[in-house]
Amino acid sequence: MAKITFVTQSNETITVEGNSGNVMELAVQNKIKGIDGNCGGVCSCATCHVHVEPSDWDKVGAPNSMESDMLEFDEKVSDYSRLSCQMKISEDLDGIVLKVAN
Amino acid sequence: MKNSNIPDPFEKARLEKGFGEMDDQNDPVVMALRHKDVRRCAHNHKTFQSGAEPGRIVIPSEVNIRDIRQIPFEVDPPMHGEYRAVVEQWFKRPLEEAYTAQLEKQIGALVEEAITKDSVEVIKEFSLVLQSRALTLLFNVSFSESETWISWGTHVFRSEESALDASKANILYDYIDAQIENSIKNPGEDFYSKLLAAEVNGKKLTKEEIKGVVILTFAGGRDTVINAVTNSIAYFSEHPKSLERLKKEPELINFAIEELIRYFSPLTQMGRVATEDTQVCEHAVKADTRISLNWASANRDANVFENPNEVVIDRKMNPHVAFGFGTHNCLGATHARQILKVLIHTLIEKVSSIEIIDAKENIETLGEFKRKVGFDNINVKFN
Ligand code: HEM
Ligand code: HEM
Ligand code: FES
Repeated sequence: MAKITFVTQSNETITVEGNSGNVMELAVQNKIKGIDGNCGGVCSCATCHVHVEPSDWDKVGAPNSMESDMLEFDEKVSDYSRLSCQMKISEDLDGIVLKVAN
Repeated sequence: MKNSNIPDPFEKARLEKGFGEMDDQNDPVVMALRHKDVRRCAHNHKTFQSGAEPGRIVIPSEVNIRDIRQIPFEVDPPMHGEYRAVVEQWFKRPLEEAYTAQLEKQIGALVEEAITKDSVEVIKEFSLVLQSRALTLLFNVSFSESETWISWGTHVFRSEESALDASKANILYDYIDAQIENSIKNPGEDFYSKLLAAEVNGKKLTKEEIKGVVILTFAGGRDTVINAVTNSIAYFSEHPKSLERLKKEPELINFAIEELIRYFSPLTQMGRVATEDTQVCEHAVKADTRISLNWASANRDANVFENPNEVVIDRKMNPHVAFGFGTHNCLGATHARQILKVLIHTLIEKVSSIEIIDAKENIETLGEFKRKVGFDNINVKFN
């Protein structure tokens, strides 16, 4: 079980719990604004882009090369960018805060 | 070779040079062939613009057959974003439950009808019909409109004699004019009414702009969806095990859809016009000449995709560019994905096997390259 907090562009804060799957799916199930997950999680659309709270970065870890190549061309990329479909839900993610990029 | 195979004609040029060249009506095109270059050029809209003379970024060029600018397709940022914001929500409607339910009804009925026939010509009798009916949902107009659209045939802009036929395009333009007038008189919940009510920067869209949006919605989603649906039928006909696997593991269906779209790449390429002297993969490109973003080639780049020439039905990491990349990424993708999803579910539920009786391939000639995009016709028996 992991509690994950999303902060949307309109500054709504929503905390949800997940057990399995990836963070994009959790966000879509909970209708988090700004996370569409258009490609279903295959790293092809970047509609699941989040900025990880810097203090949580170590829990989440850096993207792999395919993911960072995708992020490289995103207007909203930051040092703490991740595609949430590439983040597997596990206990390790408990308590993290993610700012929705779009 | 299997009927459903789609070979990659760009491999050699992609590996050796990274670019390809073709002429098109004396307005040559330098094609970006590598995944990285395609994404980089798509991202760089200042150097590689979409907002050139209307029709010029389409290959073959349509500058001689139309003057209307397609919106948001032939507009660059920042204006692109203003237009796109007007229609973005509308193009997400395919995610609504009622929309999906309608799609299930439509596709279910079509497949059931196909099963009763000894032979079905998939392009005309199945995919064109499916695409036209589904488009009534996206437009939110009466189902009966699809009959008109089906009667236009697969090539609404094309006559038998010539690839680029202005008089045929006029059928579509006249139709759209009439629909817009109709919605001015009787506003409703349809796409035209929605566009008539919309504002960009505090100003209503002009009729010309509305036409630009509507034509694009007709044109962009026609051949592409017809090819995606037809090629899927051919693929599942020759790979019944894949369909069985999806039946047992429905959680793989999303992956399968993205993989089929990658493999088919129904839109081979799209052009851009250079705004300054520049280069593509170290090849000089002069200002005011054309390049293309070759999605089909990028989608077979072995630097990104393992076994790029195989359909790996459960491919997990799949950063394909079949729906484009960045600014102009396909607005109709949600609709197209939903169609394929419902189609796969329907095949799993209702069809035990599909036999191909005969097929004639549709090959695009792009300079030195010949690419199969699908079929001119393909007769099958649904069981
Ligand atoms: C499998 C089917 C489809 C494929 C492979 C496909 C492919 C593409 C590609 C590659 C682009 C990018 C063009 C560029 O960068 O210049 C694009 C844009 C677009 N497509 Fe699709 N498309 C499909 C279905 C549809 C459908 C069903 C519609 C609408 C009914 C549609 C409407 C559009 C529009 C409006 C754009 C322009 C978006 C913009 O400029 O912001 N497409 N499509
Ligand atoms: C008013 C707008 C458009 C017109 C008049 C138009 C016209 C045409 C014509 C004449 C052809 C046949 C070319 C040939 O066979 O040599 C064609 C093919 C094609 N067009 Fe368009 N087009 C339009 C917009 C678009 C857009 C926006 C897209 C995609 C985003 C698109 C995608 C395609 C594709 C994929 C083909 C090849 C289909 C095939 O041959 O199987 N078109 N179009
Ligand atoms: S959902 Fe498409 S990249 Fe994450």
